[in-house]
Amino acid sequence: MSSLAQPLAESVVQSVDWLAIAPPTIAAVVGLVVLVVDLFVGDAKKGLLGWLSVAGLAASTLMLLPLLDGDRSTFCLTGDAAVCSYTADRFTLVIQFLVLGGALLAALLSVTVLKDANRELPEGEFWFLLLSSAAGAALLPASRDLATLIVALEVASLPAFALVGIKRGDRKSSEAALKFFLSSVTATAVSLMGVSFVYASTGTLYLTEIATKIQNVDGQLHTLAQTGVVLTLVGFAFKTAAVPFHFWVPDTYVGAPLPVAAYLSVVGKAVGFSGLILVTVIALPSYADVWGPALAALAALTMTIGNVGALRQQPTHAYSAVRLLAWSSVGQAGYLLVPIAAAAYSQDAEKAVGSTIAYALMYAAVNLGAFAVAALVARTKPLNRISDYRGLYASRPLSALVLGFFLLCLAGLPPGIIGLFAKVTVFSAAVDAGLGWLAVVMAVNVVIALFYYLQWTTLLFRAPEEEPEKHRVPAPLTAAIALTAVLGVALSGAPQLVLRFSDTGLF
Amino acid sequence: MVDINESVMQFLLAFIVVGPLLGAAAAFLPAPPGLKGKSPEQAMLRHGVTVTGAVLIAAIVLALGFDHNQPSRMQATTDISWIPALDVRIHLGTDGISLPLLVLTALLTFLCALYSYFKMPSGPTPKAFVALLLVLESGTLATFAVLDLLLFFLAFEMVLIPMYFLIARWGGEQRQAAAWKFILYTLLGSVVMLLGLLLVGLKSGTFDMMALATDNGRSLTTSVQVIAVLAIGIGLAVKTPMWPLHSWLPDAHTAAPTVGSVLLAGVLLKMGTYGFVRILLPITPDGFRTFAPYLAAFAVVGIIYGSLACLALAKQGAKGDLKRLIAYSSVGHMGFVLLGIATMTPTGVNGALFANIAHGLITGLLFFLVGALKDRTGTSDLDTLAEKTGAALYGKAPRLGGLLAFGAVASLGLPGLAGFWGEMLALFGAFDPADGLSRPAFLTFMAIAAFGTLLTAAYMLIVVRRVCMGVVPQGSPGLADVQTYEFAAWTPLVALTVVAGLWPKALLGLTDPAVQQLLAGGTR
Repeated sequence: MSSLAQPLAESVVQSVDWLAIAPPTIAAVVGLVVLVVDLFVGDAKKGLLGWLSVAGLAASTLMLLPLLDGDRSTFCLTGDAAVCSYTADRFTLVIQFLVLGGALLAALLSVTVLKDANRELPEGEFWFLLLSSAAGAALLPASRDLATLIVALEVASLPAFALVGIKRGDRKSSEAALKFFLSSVTATAVSLMGVSFVYASTGTLYLTEIATKIQNVDGQLHTLAQTGVVLTLVGFAFKTAAVPFHFWVPDTYVGAPLPVAAYLSVVGKAVGFSGLILVTVIALPSYADVWGPALAALAALTMTIGNVGALRQQPTHAYSAVRLLAWSSVGQAGYLLVPIAAAAYSQDAEKAVGSTIAYALMYAAVNLGAFAVAALVARTKPLNRISDYRGLYASRPLSALVLGFFLLCLAGLPPGIIGLFAKVTVFSAAVDAGLGWLAVVMAVNVVIALFYYLQWTTLLFRAPEEEPEKHRVPAPLTAAIALTAVLGVALSGAPQLVLRFSDTGLF
Repeated sequence: MVDINESVMQFLLAFIVVGPLLGAAAAFLPAPPGLKGKSPEQAMLRHGVTVTGAVLIAAIVLALGFDHNQPSRMQATTDISWIPALDVRIHLGTDGISLPLLVLTALLTFLCALYSYFKMPSGPTPKAFVALLLVLESGTLATFAVLDLLLFFLAFEMVLIPMYFLIARWGGEQRQAAAWKFILYTLLGSVVMLLGLLLVGLKSGTFDMMALATDNGRSLTTSVQVIAVLAIGIGLAVKTPMWPLHSWLPDAHTAAPTVGSVLLAGVLLKMGTYGFVRILLPITPDGFRTFAPYLAAFAVVGIIYGSLACLALAKQGAKGDLKRLIAYSSVGHMGFVLLGIATMTPTGVNGALFANIAHGLITGLLFFLVGALKDRTGTSDLDTLAEKTGAALYGKAPRLGGLLAFGAVASLGLPGLAGFWGEMLALFGAFDPADGLSRPAFLTFMAIAAFGTLLTAAYMLIVVRRVCMGVVPQGSPGLADVQTYEFAAWTPLVALTVVAGLWPKALLGLTDPAVQQLLAGGTR
């Protein structure tokens, strides 16, 4: 009996490469541990939970290191070892690094914000949700079948809704959460329908299989397959906050606690565009004529509307700083989409997509940095108006210099050299693919964006209106600002560190 | 002239690009003991003088060590890979075209730092002022020293932020609006330029200017060249500025502090014309030939437009601002430079490069003088200054008046001074343009441009009459005449204007071989 069962079990039970799946798994497990520990620690020691979560995220980021030696796959079909659900290749590792690093920085910001909130925010739940969402976001780039992709997307999103609405008794917060939830769920539903169409026409959920099978779809099912392609993309476009799925962004960012907004602006976007890349470049390269123009148009619209929205923010209105960052993140999402659209037209799709990743890494570092300084200012000026930043240089010279640097990186002007070259790679992807019109639209957008970024930067160095008050900056916040600043400066000196992804194969 | 080791030359060139940046960073560190000076402000301004002085010395030594027998050869070259992903290399080098511009930039920045040491423009702390000035210097010097298209773009962009803050923080009335206009115009131009540079780089497979220049456009189809020239040309034309893209310039000059105006006119505008010569002429010759007549036409319109605007401003009762007037005269002078480049002949391009340097010296001097006048009288408004009879500077402050008259006649192109040769050579070039360009069209342009020199003479003389001459009213308070530090800052400019006017070969001997080779098919 046992001698018979042995081969049967081997052919049915998959062997799991635990090392390969360690990064998302550790984040998820630590999340559960935090939730349980929360039940047993007293109010005075809740701060421990934060540090436990930070340590967990750091550990899962570190677990990327042993994976660097080569591609690993697990959860493969027993019949065909080349078809797998989970692959840790260079693309996966880069995005996981981006996601987990981004979550780590957001966690550092949260430690201070939760402490300042004085038990107004439920700490155990907060950390659990953050870690679960990060685990989902880390799973997503590794998924190589549509079912896992959608599950990962949901694991990343569902906790985010709760995070946005976590401010107890805050009407704005719950309204934002509801807005976010309803629109996101609709997008996911549409996306799921698209997946089912694609499945119906190809008979498989594995991305690589779809890529080959969708080319020989029955003539009758052709429309179904095309509709499926478009609908699938909608869900991911929503996550990147591409127009017309962007309207939830400003209210959500304002309503959510600041670190959550920072988290969404970086990790949420990474989830969206890595899903888009997987679906378009891996699963549907033969449908490039469908999604190429669609994404190009989406990119142009997104950057224009986002930048115009940011331009219209009044510096004296409440929360205008966060609103501006929200709108500008919509604009930046437009830039991120450009190389993906270019991948449809270019000979070397991987190289084009690499520009998106290079840009995203730059954006993650400097945008989180900007949010970190915003969190610092919000400690004394809770309304977070842009005009509150006036004269920041007089009270906190280093923070002001660093924020100015981040904003100029986002604008893409020296001294923000990394921002400039990241934009150059995106431009060159567009020009290389022959998307001249898109490059011109982006050029105009860069100028619009410069206006509001520079306006903010200028304000930092103005003479302050009132006597600056001195506060001690909490250590985690200092660490977050210092980390992002060092990253930004190091990348400006050696842009090759991130730009190399735009030059090599990722998959 | 002087035999200097090649690796020392490499170091010198790298130093004049990086040195100011390090100086700017050092400005934010606390002053070391022994260098604290009388006050933090004074120590900071002295730091600026020291760093720019060191850069100037390095530039002069570089010029001395430069092999003047082979000005067409790239010298002091450094070539290090920086961003392999984008194929960006830190490729530095200088030849007869860029060397004079490097020295001019180092000189003008040093003079500005020296002038500010004694006469700091009113505004926030000197710390930021000095740091911005140094970053500005580094960006300009880098523009002239780099040999990689993307690095050129980086350097081109690097001057925007410092110049913006110099105008917006230390400027006069309307400074915010003027600073915005400056940065938005230039940035819009330069992003379009980036698209053109990328097109050239991606289609030909390299961003290296020397390789591209040697290739002389052979690996680029004509249609690519046409698009690239249009895109790059717009960016450079905004910076130059070419009519009708010039409208940021008068505002920026009027609002900028004295040293800002000097650097803007003296070196920043040259970045545009240098780009035309260094990038468009050798790399995309076919595309440039297509646009050359249009460029020449716009240049000539600019000459006439600038002169007419100046005439209108100089008129009595027009409430003309002297700084604005000199800014418009810059539009005219840069028109001559562009005309010379558009001829695509060695004569014309040499003239353009000569006029470039001459304009830097003379207009730099004029902005210094007008700034000094504004400091003394509190206004640069021509009507307020001149009242009914004239400001009578000859009577009130004879030396200042004399220098102003000198600057004005140098600017109008008096033979024997620097302004003459460049414009004459540009006109000569237009008389006999390169093969493939319509001679009748260029003859017409030449005739119109020659008429423009007359107009220039007219408004400059009106300015001299209204500012320098006149009756000194009884009992009016005298004006302080030229101070020692002002002499120190201005004498080099005056001397070089005379030297360049009397001994043009010093400059033409440098540029001519390089230009010949550039037009014939790139640098060696």
